[in-house]
Amino acid sequence: MDVQRAPRSVDHSLWRTRLGLAADRLRENWAAFVRARVGVIGLAVIIFYALLAAAHPVLMSTVWDESIYDPVVGYSFDETRQPAPPSLRHPLGTDPLGRDILSQLMFSARSEFMLGLLAAVVTVCIGTMVGAAAAYFGGIVDTILMRLADIMIMMPGISVLIVLSALIGVEHLELGLIIGVLSGFGGTGVVLKSQALSVVVKPYIQAARVAGGGPLHIILVHVVPNLLPLSFLYMMFTVTSAIFSEAVLSFLGLLDIRMSWGLMIHTTESAGYLTQVTEAWWLIFPASLSITLLCSSFYLVGRSLDEVVNPRLRRA
Amino acid sequence: MQTDGSRPLLRVDGLSKRFPVSPVWYRRSNSFVHAVDGVSFEVARGESFGLVGESGCGKTTTGKLLVRLMDPTCGRIVFDDGDEGPVDVSTLKGKPLKRFRRKAQMIFQDPYESMNPRRTVFDTIVEPLKVQRMGSHLDRLDRVLRMLGLVGLTPARTFLFRYPHELSGGQRQRVAIARAMVIEPSFVVADEPISMLDVSVRAGVMRLMEDLAARLEIGYLYITHDLAAARHTCSRIAVMYLGKIVEIGETETVLQSPKHPYTQALLSAVPVPDPTVTRPPVRIRGGVSPSLDPPARCRFYDRCPIADDFCRDNEHPPLQDKSSGQMASCYRV
Amino acid sequence: MSERSGDAEALGGGRSPGPVLAVEGLTMHYSTRAGVVRAVDGVSFSVGKGQALGLVGESGCGKSSLALTLLKLLPENAQILSGRILLDGMDIVPLPEERMREYRWSRIAMVFQAAMNSLNPVYRVGEQIIEALEVHVESAREESLRRVRELYDLVNLDPSLIMRYPHEYSGGMKQRAVIAMALACEPDVVIADEPTTALDVIVQDHILREMKNVRAELGMSMIYVSHDMAVIAEVSDMVGVMYAGRLVELGSTVDVFRDPIHPYTRALTSAFPSVTGEKHELTVLPGEPPNMIDPPSGCRFHPRCPYATDPCRSETPPIVRRGGHWAACWNPTGEGA
Ligand SMILES: Nc1ncnc2c1ncn2[C@@H]1O[C@H](COP(=O)(O)OP(=O)(O)OP(=O)(O)O)[C@@H](O)[C@H]1O
Ligand SMILES: Nc1ncnc2c1ncn2[C@@H]1O[C@H](COP(=O)(O)OP(=O)(O)O)[C@@H](O)[C@H]1O
Ligand code: SF4
Ligand code: SF4
Ligand SMILES: [Mg+2]
Ligand SMILES: [Mg+2]
Repeated sequence: MDVQRAPRSVDHSLWRTRLGLAADRLRENWAAFVRARVGVIGLAVIIFYALLAAAHPVLMSTVWDESIYDPVVGYSFDETRQPAPPSLRHPLGTDPLGRDILSQLMFSARSEFMLGLLAAVVTVCIGTMVGAAAAYFGGIVDTILMRLADIMIMMPGISVLIVLSALIGVEHLELGLIIGVLSGFGGTGVVLKSQALSVVVKPYIQAARVAGGGPLHIILVHVVPNLLPLSFLYMMFTVTSAIFSEAVLSFLGLLDIRMSWGLMIHTTESAGYLTQVTEAWWLIFPASLSITLLCSSFYLVGRSLDEVVNPRLRRA
Repeated sequence: MQTDGSRPLLRVDGLSKRFPVSPVWYRRSNSFVHAVDGVSFEVARGESFGLVGESGCGKTTTGKLLVRLMDPTCGRIVFDDGDEGPVDVSTLKGKPLKRFRRKAQMIFQDPYESMNPRRTVFDTIVEPLKVQRMGSHLDRLDRVLRMLGLVGLTPARTFLFRYPHELSGGQRQRVAIARAMVIEPSFVVADEPISMLDVSVRAGVMRLMEDLAARLEIGYLYITHDLAAARHTCSRIAVMYLGKIVEIGETETVLQSPKHPYTQALLSAVPVPDPTVTRPPVRIRGGVSPSLDPPARCRFYDRCPIADDFCRDNEHPPLQDKSSGQMASCYRV
Repeated sequence: MSERSGDAEALGGGRSPGPVLAVEGLTMHYSTRAGVVRAVDGVSFSVGKGQALGLVGESGCGKSSLALTLLKLLPENAQILSGRILLDGMDIVPLPEERMREYRWSRIAMVFQAAMNSLNPVYRVGEQIIEALEVHVESAREESLRRVRELYDLVNLDPSLIMRYPHEYSGGMKQRAVIAMALACEPDVVIADEPTTALDVIVQDHILREMKNVRAELGMSMIYVSHDMAVIAEVSDMVGVMYAGRLVELGSTVDVFRDPIHPYTRALTSAFPSVTGEKHELTVLPGEPPNMIDPPSGCRFHPRCPYATDPCRSETPPIVRRGGHWAACWNPTGEGA
């Protein structure tokens, strides 16, 4: 066959076309996401908290005095009685130890995000690979991975964390990794495997094998991309469960962390204010509301993504 | 058509594939579906060899064995395209297997499922070149563009970055053909390439495959249940029934004077596009029974209109030459 | 298109007294986000008692849409714009849905495309047929069961299968059961949309034969929809060729096959290879069926037609009559062209 050279320009426009295509896809998906509505609300809440988290270090280095506003060791000397109700200086009041609640809230937001995203990324990386490998190889690989998944699912997460925190001291990083590994090898992996099973029987997988593609090529190029939509969805759900677990564990006082929303509630509880909702509402509402809001907004985003990736749910 | 008289492109010898019925890896099954059962035939260079039969008789399985998408239970597949010495496909592994994949390709039945929905036409066609590390990026682009032209998707540039859902069934099948042909194989298994396509597109795709075969000297294994299509494309055909070849020979001879009662039944069931002709009724019942641990006697016994006691008490009849190269496996012909 | 209604009646219903089903200038649109899809556009024909009409055309030509319109089983975005559907002389187009339900199944029934998948997997097949029966005929359960047994007999199914689930049936058996269900109330007209497309030749042969026998036995009329010209040649007395929502040729099967007038009919017949007779070169019909949102002007076939001339592009083609059939074309093919 005579090879006729294509002009060089084709090669350049090739990448431009590809970028254009990716942008088109993104635009289309965004439109579907916006149509689903709840996701946009969720996204707005998430952005709001992200801004709070980002603003904290800025405020600390400019207008907030470190000795007063530090979320852990600060103390408000202006107030005669601790906890103090909201005032101009302390828009959300102070806690029983005289620390500024708004500062605590903002400081914690950052670690909540880090925790959630870390857990989510770990979950999804492990989950897609586990699911794809179990579905593609089948046989003994599948059996081993699925028995492992059974163990992960049956293991009561909270009690494992209690034991671990007693043994090694669990901080945000460790917590994120543990939650990620548990759910990646466990539930998420199983769900993604069942999705992968419907992908690996497709003729295009066989076509890729006939072309000479090895297992790694097929898993990375054909199986994983077809799992991504679903794994994105599970990513959102993992964020929710990570934030929530952290809150529970902190509330129980099991984590070695400096400050978090769960810990704020824990402080309130140990000072005996937890039941006095009417007198010391500013101790309870900011943190608990934040946990609820952030968790549910990640969940809402997940649900809208579901509508985006699942064309059958899309409205005509 | 054969260029090298003595050595065929592909020689299949006693090929079998059994599927265990309860496929649990740690427990051995003692019940098997005999999907392909001792099949032998040859495909010459540049020849179109047809494999016909009802659904479920093992055509696709045979095709997949030939391109090593499955490992045969037993039997030999000797492939020899003249480049290197003959290789036994059934035992290939690693590097040699990957080299074999440059020479043998497959086109799948369902054009809606044989393209990854997340990959563009370019990604799909270039894949074989890419995994085989053939040519530079620009060479590959050239070849893809040229291939698109060859399969009639013009102007080629406008098709490069389309997704499968932006193509019609006929166009997708053309992309699938382009993908199979882009590395210039010498052997292609075409599994019912036109059965899911619209009437008007079928003729075009059939003609395209013929053109490419002539131009690139490709040997086809053309799988179909449509005898008319087989007649049109294939120089020789084999009729399969429950994993066995029951008749094999030159297409015209087999279709003009079928010897095996099954071939006769299949032929008599094909509708005739002429309202003035009344076809005689088909003499056998419909529906293939699954070939689960079949008894040793003739596979066609249960449905055969001319079966007798001899057929019941003896083994499956061997393929025998019934008239100048036309072989059939039946005691009563 | 209105001029066509008269022709169809004169030609189609020629063989028998008064047609069972007559369709006049039927037009149906789907409204979608992309625009209005003219799926059925001014279609007229009639079917006499005991007659079988075959409808052919590529996919997307509106065959299934026409079939659904005849039963008024349309999705919400569809609308019958004009035309009449005369069932024994009575127009069913203006009938409200409640009245329509009485007609559907008992007077005019349908075997759907991929009907094998239309059986509900969680109910026994026999029960599904009995249920369909009891909507129309009040009868005791034993009575219905006896009727189902008769129906199974009619389509050559073993009565022991009645109380089995769909997954225990093979494809061909399911198709037979669905046909039995359509015959349950002895309708005057049965519409079969691609009844054998997914089946093997041998099973297809059996089913086509059974449908033919049933038709002769019960004297009912049938409309077969298929893209396979050979099937149509075998089962129908009359053929209608559809292109882009319009009927472009209509006449007795023998005439249409012996001497097609419309270039599209000709292309369809020669696009098929055959097992018997001369091995002929296949003609390749270029292009695809038109976009039905914005169909070509004049003759809708003109972008793909090898005989197209100037008037084809701008003006609706005239009716050409020859022997027992007509077609709409400026440059008819075959004798006298
Ligand atoms: N992976 C498998 N596991 C178990 N049985 C199988 C498998 N693949 C095929 N079979 C069985 O092997 C037999 C032959 O199947 P095959 O797909 O080759 O038939 P076919 O002639 O191509 O039919 P069709 O026209 O429906 O594609 C059938 O009984 C089928 O159920
Ligand atoms: N529910 C629907 N909504 C919008 N368009 C439809 C719908 N059903 C069918 N169509 C369109 O109507 C045309 C005719 O379709 P159909 O009757 O199914 O054709 P055929 O049976 O010949 O394959 C096609 O263009 C198809 O896309
Ligand atoms: S050997 Fe006997 S049973 Fe088998 S096909 Fe021949 S006649 Fe029929
Ligand atoms: S009217 Fe013209 S374009 Fe249409 S079919 Fe006839 S010749 Fe062809
Ligand atoms: Mg097959
Ligand atoms: Mg249809």
